[in-house]
Amino acid sequence: MDRNPLRRQLQIMRKSFFDQGYLDEQFVQLEELQDEANPNFVEEVVTLYYRDSARLILSIEQALERKPFDFNKLDAHMHQFKGSSSSIGAKKVKAESTQFREYCKSRNREGCTRCFQQLKKEYATLRKKLEAYFQLARQAGPMETACRPK
Amino acid sequence: MAAQGRHGGRKSNKMTALVVDDNMVNQTIHHRLLDNLGIENEAVSNGKEAVDIHCSGKTFDLILMDMDMPVMNGIEATRKLREMGIRSMIAGVSTRSMEREVQEFMEAGLDDYQVKPLTVSKLISIIHKING
Repeated sequence: MDRNPLRRQLQIMRKSFFDQGYLDEQFVQLEELQDEANPNFVEEVVTLYYRDSARLILSIEQALERKPFDFNKLDAHMHQFKGSSSSIGAKKVKAESTQFREYCKSRNREGCTRCFQQLKKEYATLRKKLEAYFQLARQAGPMETACRPK
Repeated sequence: MAAQGRHGGRKSNKMTALVVDDNMVNQTIHHRLLDNLGIENEAVSNGKEAVDIHCSGKTFDLILMDMDMPVMNGIEATRKLREMGIRSMIAGVSTRSMEREVQEFMEAGLDDYQVKPLTVSKLISIIHKING
């Protein structure tokens, strides 16, 4: 464990993301792509994810307001969204996306609506956690290597 | 690295790759993965752009082809590139995992298929097939 208190706090925060199921191994893959030449790669990708996926969230919201539901369109949007979420290791968000797609397949309107609310909560929670994490990382300064979760 | 690989590509010591994916997050990650392995690479956002870049005369040792894309999807693009005589290694990279879907993609002319998200180890296994 790092002696620097900020880095120690950062390590604890990071470990909690994995322990509490917010992130999976794919996030570690992103960290391993970060180096001196690309010191902020993970933050850049996460920022891109939130910027890019906002458009998909809006499309899904609009599609859920239309009657009748176009389940094929909803599923197509969610397929895209799930792909991005999976690429950054957003485990809970990805799980909700999978559930949403199941509801689309079974043409379950209420399920889709309910699931999407939960998805947005997980999406927002992860965003807050990662924003706090990156802010702390900037204060702590560059880390030598990423610590693998146990 | 051989000057002319088994799967085609320009005469150069450095390997080249084309990322074909409409998702910017995936484009960014795949670009970085390839960079990390010392592979020169470009990215386009759909199958038609992949075909167009080849029509302009460019070739690549490796093409990472997504399946679901607007304008022209990965299956159509792979089929078209093979019809054009492109012999580059084409690896399908998609979230689809159903056997029927993967088979259709393979039959279009893929050399390999990997389920997203792409990782270093998956990419290395693709590259070994080029060098093998």
